[in-house]
Amino acid sequence: MKSGLRLSSKLRGRAAAFGLLPFAVYVLLFLAVPTLIAIGTGFFDKSGTLTLGTVAALGDPVVLTTFYNSFWLSALTAVVGAVVGAIVCYALLGARPDGALRTTIDSLSGVLAQFGGVMLAFAFVATIGIQGMVTLYLRDTFGLNIFENGVWLYSTPGLILPYIYFQVPLMIITFMPALQALKPQWAEANATLGGTTASYWLRIAFPVLAPSFIGSLLLLFANAFSSYATAAALVSQGSQIVPLQIRAALTSETILGRENLAGALALGMIVVMAIVMVAYSALQSRAARWQQ
Amino acid sequence: MFLTRTLTVSVAAAAALALTLSGCSTAAEAPASGIDASTATSLDAFGDLAGLEEAANAEGALNVIALPRDWANYGAVLDLFAEKYPDITINEASPDGSSAEEIQAADNLKGQDTAPDVFDLGLAVALSSTDRFAPYQVATWADIPDALKEASGLYVGDYGGYLSVGYDPDAVPAPKKLSDLLGAEYKGKVAINGDPTQAGAAFAAVGLATVQSGGTVDDFQPGIDFFSELNAAGNFLKVNPTTATVASGETPVVFDWDYLNVGYGAQLEGQRNWKVVVFPGVGYAGYYNQAISKDAPHPAAARLWQEFLYSDEAQNLWLAGGARPARAEAMAAAGTIDTKLFDALPEAPTDTVVPTEAQSTAAATLLGEKWAAAVQ
Amino acid sequence: MSGGLTTGGVAHAPSRTVRTVILGLIGVIFAVPIVAMVEFTLRAGLVGGYNVDRWVALFQSGFTGVYRPVLIALGNSVALAVGTVTIVLLLLVPTMLLVHIRFPQLRRTLEFICILPITIPAIVLVVGLAPVYAIVARLLGSGVWTLAFAYGITVLPFAYRAIQSNLDGVDVKTLTEAARTLGAGWGSVLLRILVPNLRRGILAGAFIAVAVVLGEFTIASLLNRVNLQTALVVVSKVDPYTAVILSLLALAFAFVLLLLIGRLGAPRTRTPRRRTTVKGPA
Repeated sequence: MKSGLRLSSKLRGRAAAFGLLPFAVYVLLFLAVPTLIAIGTGFFDKSGTLTLGTVAALGDPVVLTTFYNSFWLSALTAVVGAVVGAIVCYALLGARPDGALRTTIDSLSGVLAQFGGVMLAFAFVATIGIQGMVTLYLRDTFGLNIFENGVWLYSTPGLILPYIYFQVPLMIITFMPALQALKPQWAEANATLGGTTASYWLRIAFPVLAPSFIGSLLLLFANAFSSYATAAALVSQGSQIVPLQIRAALTSETILGRENLAGALALGMIVVMAIVMVAYSALQSRAARWQQ
Repeated sequence: MFLTRTLTVSVAAAAALALTLSGCSTAAEAPASGIDASTATSLDAFGDLAGLEEAANAEGALNVIALPRDWANYGAVLDLFAEKYPDITINEASPDGSSAEEIQAADNLKGQDTAPDVFDLGLAVALSSTDRFAPYQVATWADIPDALKEASGLYVGDYGGYLSVGYDPDAVPAPKKLSDLLGAEYKGKVAINGDPTQAGAAFAAVGLATVQSGGTVDDFQPGIDFFSELNAAGNFLKVNPTTATVASGETPVVFDWDYLNVGYGAQLEGQRNWKVVVFPGVGYAGYYNQAISKDAPHPAAARLWQEFLYSDEAQNLWLAGGARPARAEAMAAAGTIDTKLFDALPEAPTDTVVPTEAQSTAAATLLGEKWAAAVQ
Repeated sequence: MSGGLTTGGVAHAPSRTVRTVILGLIGVIFAVPIVAMVEFTLRAGLVGGYNVDRWVALFQSGFTGVYRPVLIALGNSVALAVGTVTIVLLLLVPTMLLVHIRFPQLRRTLEFICILPITIPAIVLVVGLAPVYAIVARLLGSGVWTLAFAYGITVLPFAYRAIQSNLDGVDVKTLTEAARTLGAGWGSVLLRILVPNLRRGILAGAFIAVAVVLGEFTIASLLNRVNLQTALVVVSKVDPYTAVILSLLALAFAFVLLLLIGRLGAPRTRTPRRRTTVKGPA
């Protein structure tokens, strides 16, 4: 038993809370303050007077459509990315954690998860653009013209493939630690009690993995939702998703004076994320119940 | 309980901090030398060019923004400046930035030594941001046409060109007039440089389509209608053309400023054939404008850059990039222009149209309402 | 015993064939865009065919002249990566542990805070970061390294998710209680018990932090700082082919760097390699 002063539990509580202080200060300075300033601009209009008019502009049907587009694009790519990523993680289960295969795939995933912007857009133009490598190959070898019904690459549907390209590696990176934590003892216990592989996965592994899976899914959704550089490089006409609307408001050379709309749009994005977080919390509580 | 109190206090503190920061203004640094370069309005304040060069060398750096090296031969211009003044380090930022982003960078970085010193802006942004500029009249001020400069020197036109169509002769037949582009040989091949509600070059493309379709720049509707038709025919390609997409063959026909199209051709020599045509009849022209930032961290270097840009050498370099420099007429009269390059410029159409501020604003509003739906 | 149940010590892992099929298929699909980029750089222009002239020219020039800024920028980015990982290790990990052990009711709040940075596009976040950085510039100068503060925030969502995935699977409470009962101080508990158990998650977090910093463009560009991606954009204006080559090289560099980090973080195995077939008594 350690000798020395035993602090009262209340004081120990306060002392522990001080452990949170450095992180809290850091987040306050570099996240809370910039966020408040950024969305604060949404509450002013271009002449600097406080108004709700800019935020009210979010109710415009065009803006609502962009929010809807952003939402389904992010949800779709998040789900596909999460499922494919989980399958790859599953495939990697048997590989030695420090072996060549695992480390190579980990590093590749790390690199590709952040590969975006102009270069990713160009990579896809070079692959499935009208003169892309794969397009020409499909056309010359199989007579298959993927742009039969119009060029879809340079509008919102065309963003699906580039987004999945960085969503899957991101899933691999963030979900693999969870799969690694599956204990062999659980499998042995399952076998001892007469369970099959299916029952192992269904009743033991999935409930344990569910919180991490859902958490990674949320991350993928948020990643796609705010992704801007790739879309800006690929889609030149129109602003069908919210980050492109923000770009148009902030950087337009021809229609000036709309910078405040960017703040309002950012506020809208945070609101959407907050709603998604609520749904996520509900899902996590459900998953926690399975764990019991 | 303790935690909720702490959280409330933190949020309140954050809000207070935010309000204070946004109201915070940064004081300008006092000039080191006797001459206050940030208020100099012409070479007289420095005595002569040597005086300005001395002050600029003492500052040792120049921050430029949004000057892509392949835009009107800016790469050669920057290199020549670096060669002439090796003591001044040029910091190039955001080559893909739009004019609006240049102004934002100046606002965001006010008072820091990474703030931009000089701007190269489209007319609309220049007109709306004059409160951020310092007036300066270069030594060759008299050579620049009145229509291209602001009287006190807040901004001055530097180079310009006509909106043209560049095309790959191996991929498509040569278009002789605007309506040719609606033909079947151009299916999925025609691109414009950006979105007209955002980018100046694309805005000008709609302007060109307007005047070539028999309309006037008072009403951009004919231009919008042309692109709507182009889209319906399946010829309109909605990707941003870059040198890379031209090189890969993705964008065989591009509406862009003539100097940019000429630039693509020059860069891709031996890789892809590229020809530039300015449609005859009525031409749509535009000039970009130079301005010096009022809060430039290197005011003397900024003014030296300005003097350099309006010297014969730099103007001829822009000419080599296919742009029409602001002093072109004066230089042609004085015989200092590079006649070979001047004659090699695409032939100017009989009429030239440059929209006024009022016409530009009206067109921008119209595009804001109609464009997205027209090219759906 | 456990024969047939485990492959390489992990339960119900797929067989080699299944693994090869899955990884092979997905690997090929992901390789295609990279191959397309390489194909683009190998084109020999109007004469047709392919050659490696551009690659040779770039390496022969030895990264001098117009390409030198890329090397300087690369150094900047690596320094920023180091700074960002330090922030993650020193600030995020202890906080996550503290919340997990002592303040479980704050977990959702922490989660929301850590997902917020990725919700706001960088171009709008910079509107708010600029005034903060105006003050940082006055206090600490406008060197590139101060960007690490902003990057620490940017990587929060990824690092948090990676570490939390690991944290969920490790029974931290039991471990700490056991350690404390045995007389370990908090420092010991943290460094000798918890961190080694969370090594995978922390390593994954560091991984993604390095990758994010090397690939980050928007914040650096809007604050007019020079990092790898901004330098690549400036250089890309000179020649589109070389721009693609430099991008591929940047990807390769990041890949090698992450491999090294992975190797560094690998535990030193004193036990010999496990074989999948256990040599038992005959």
